[in-house]
Amino acid sequence: MTDRISIMCVSGMHERIQMAAMTAATGSVSGMDICIFLSMNALPYFVKGRDAKPPHEGEMGELMAGKNVPPFKQLFEQAKELGGAKVYACSMAMDVLEVSEDDLDEMLDGPLGLTRFLSDAGGGQILVF
Amino acid sequence: MSEENVKVVDARGSFCPGPLMELISNMKQIEVGDVLELLSTDKGSVADVPDWVNKVGHEMVGSEEKDGVWHIRVRKTK
Repeated sequence: MTDRISIMCVSGMHERIQMAAMTAATGSVSGMDICIFLSMNALPYFVKGRDAKPPHEGEMGELMAGKNVPPFKQLFEQAKELGGAKVYACSMAMDVLEVSEDDLDEMLDGPLGLTRFLSDAGGGQILVF
Repeated sequence: MSEENVKVVDARGSFCPGPLMELISNMKQIEVGDVLELLSTDKGSVADVPDWVNKVGHEMVGSEEKDGVWHIRVRKTK
C-alpha cells in the first residue's frame, strides 16, 4: 500500500515553506502519495503577480538565501512532475484574499476545501508547516 | 567487455534535495541499462540516493569521494 502524507503549509515564513517543499519533493519521488494544502499566510506566495519573497524566520533562512538551495516553487513543481504530487489552494484562504482560480500560480491543481482535504487524508499522516 | 553508456549529472554546489531531484529528472531521459553519474558536494546525497534507488528499484553501481565531490553511479533498470 502506498504511504500517504498530507501536507498543510500555512506559515508565511521562508524556512517553513521550504521545508514543506522539500518534504513534498523527496516524499513524492520516493513513491509516497503526497497532497499539499496551501492556506493562511503561505497562500499569497502562490498567487500570480505577488512576487514578494517570504521573510526569514531566523538564521537558517538568511544563510540559505546566499546558497544554492533549490527554490521552494521549483521543489513543489518537481514534486508534481516527478512524483505526481497534488498542490491545492485552500478555498477559504482564497475567499479571504479575494482571488479566483485564475489568479493562482499555474502549478496549483486548483481550490480545495478543508473538509475534503481531511477526508482525502484518511488515516495517513498530516504534517503541518 | 562493452563500454557502459554513462551520463554525468553535475549537481555540485546544490543543496538537499537538489542533487537527488537532478538525478531523478535525468533518469527519465536515459535508456534502460544506461548509467548516471551524479556529482554532488551535498553529503546527504551519499545516503539519500541509495535509499531512493533501493526504494524505486534501480541499481546502485557505486559511490566514491574524490576531493570533496561524491561520484554516485546509478544504473536505470526499468
